[in-house]
Amino acid sequence: MSGNLNYIIRRLLYLIPVLLGVCGLVFLLFNVVAGDPTMLLLGKHADAQQMADLKAQLGLDKSLIAQYFDIVKSAFTFDFGRSWATKQQITEMLYQGAIPSLTLTIPGFFISTVMSLMIAIFVAYYRGKGIDLFIRTLAIALMSTSSLVYILVFQKYLAFELGLFEISGYEYGFPSFIPYIALPVVIWVVMSIGPDVRFYRTLILDEIYQDYVRTARAKGLSEKKILFKHVLRNALIPVITYTVVNLPFLILGALLLESFFSIPGLGGLTLSAVNASDFPVIKAMAILSAIAYILFTLVSDILYTLVDPRVKLN
Amino acid sequence: MSTQVLSNESVKKESVEIEESRSLWGEAWHRLKKDKVAMTCLIIVCLYSLIGLLSALGLVAADWAKEVGPSYAPPFENWDYILGTDIFGRDVLKKVIHGTQIAMSVGLISSLIAIPIGVVLGALAGYFGGWVDEIIVWFYTTFSSIPGIILLMSIAFVLGKGITTVYIALGLTSWVGLCRLIRGEVMKHKNREYVQAAGALGAGHGRKLFKHILPNVTHIIIIFTSLQFQVAIKSEVILSYIGLGVSGQPSWGTMIDDAKMELARDVWWQLAGATFAMFFVVLAFNILGDALRDALDPKLKGKG
Repeated sequence: MSGNLNYIIRRLLYLIPVLLGVCGLVFLLFNVVAGDPTMLLLGKHADAQQMADLKAQLGLDKSLIAQYFDIVKSAFTFDFGRSWATKQQITEMLYQGAIPSLTLTIPGFFISTVMSLMIAIFVAYYRGKGIDLFIRTLAIALMSTSSLVYILVFQKYLAFELGLFEISGYEYGFPSFIPYIALPVVIWVVMSIGPDVRFYRTLILDEIYQDYVRTARAKGLSEKKILFKHVLRNALIPVITYTVVNLPFLILGALLLESFFSIPGLGGLTLSAVNASDFPVIKAMAILSAIAYILFTLVSDILYTLVDPRVKLN
Repeated sequence: MSTQVLSNESVKKESVEIEESRSLWGEAWHRLKKDKVAMTCLIIVCLYSLIGLLSALGLVAADWAKEVGPSYAPPFENWDYILGTDIFGRDVLKKVIHGTQIAMSVGLISSLIAIPIGVVLGALAGYFGGWVDEIIVWFYTTFSSIPGIILLMSIAFVLGKGITTVYIALGLTSWVGLCRLIRGEVMKHKNREYVQAAGALGAGHGRKLFKHILPNVTHIIIIFTSLQFQVAIKSEVILSYIGLGVSGQPSWGTMIDDAKMELARDVWWQLAGATFAMFFVVLAFNILGDALRDALDPKLKGKG
């Protein structure tokens, strides 16, 4: 166990160089490659004095090294300053955006994970048979259509023509948001069920070819018992770690869904920041999502050792 | 003279024997050929490539910008514009064809950017290990820590919109997966006997790595390319919707983006044209990617 603790500490320390790297990438993109944002903000008719003033105000007149350290500082203090477009505190904006995002992504993620797992178990049981082939083909077909097409078509025909769902919008508060997220959740499930079924099926089949399954079969267990008692329990380990790694993306929201259905979440926020050339907001989203990703990957690795004693961290 | 003939014959005989026992690639091709579905997909991919090439050479759909009929003429009513027209009266079929050129070029060029980066870094990390490995792993961990779509958007955003941006942004965001795979595979190979033998015969690092190990990991590159095409084609659509993608010429992404406004007026044919064109080629690349993995990496057989 002390070895594990050592590992966890080392991994936590490794966060620092990775975070510095992420800041470096963000710096390189937005402070070096992107060019002078004052032109974008002030328009064509600004004079040199105005541009210089704004530059000083935004901290862009400092040396590049100082600008890099500003980004690093923001990553460690979570103080990203104010948005250029709305002048709000960015942390405040992100905090407000997180809730609508989660009301959409948590149900979507939960429903699609459970459904995909059930379908994956089903097709793994009938592997190689007609129904397996049919569902696999359907999964690939679902993956081969652009997510944008699902959004456009479902919004037009299910919401607008048939009136089954709200067309767009959002309301805060527990029961009132449900009608607004219903269709986005349906689309989320349709978009993620294809790749998920394929992935979970692979995980389950990975286990089915293991020696212990052959042993179980040899001692006369039925296929059903083998699948549910042995295979599924072991296959759940990679399923859990995969799920945990994907959790930060839920906070990030669903970029396209949120912007299409006017849900005031983080995904929509990021898209409007791109449209408004709101550098600080894009930078904040990139840094925060990277921090979330790194932390959840670590958690997933630790979980792995807890549920599977064969795995040793080092 | 007579010995010359004799040795020639024996050489011929030997080469016949070699052909009979198939190489890895021959074996893979043989297996792929037996798979009817995969072969159909390969034909579809070749067809799309041909259309893309002809369009790039200006032999088909070069006049996509020409007004051929009334605005929003519905499909299947006039042979001159069988798939209907868009708002400016331009032929939707020609736009779909030009979109094919864009889609295939996005897949090809983003792969051409991602492959050298991924392969060189992955090979160096896997082969040398130590601090080289540490630095390269740090480098790709940094890249993969920022969620794909955010990084893609950020790169596209700072470069400004246009087709070149789409190439570069997709190339720069997709090398990490390949790099990781190559690194792992090279690590496995570097201590094998054949590499040791090459070392004993005096081969240096460069020769061992490029002449001996890399040919044994090329199948990863091929599988990657097949999957990269479909990722790239799908990403182009999203980038174009966000307004960071192709502009000034039709692509499947811009056509689907146009449909956002058109659907309200019940104009569905641009959306349908682009969606179906995209569906078949992405489907083909998906199935082909799986089949290639089965054929080239027999260990994974039946698990896709």
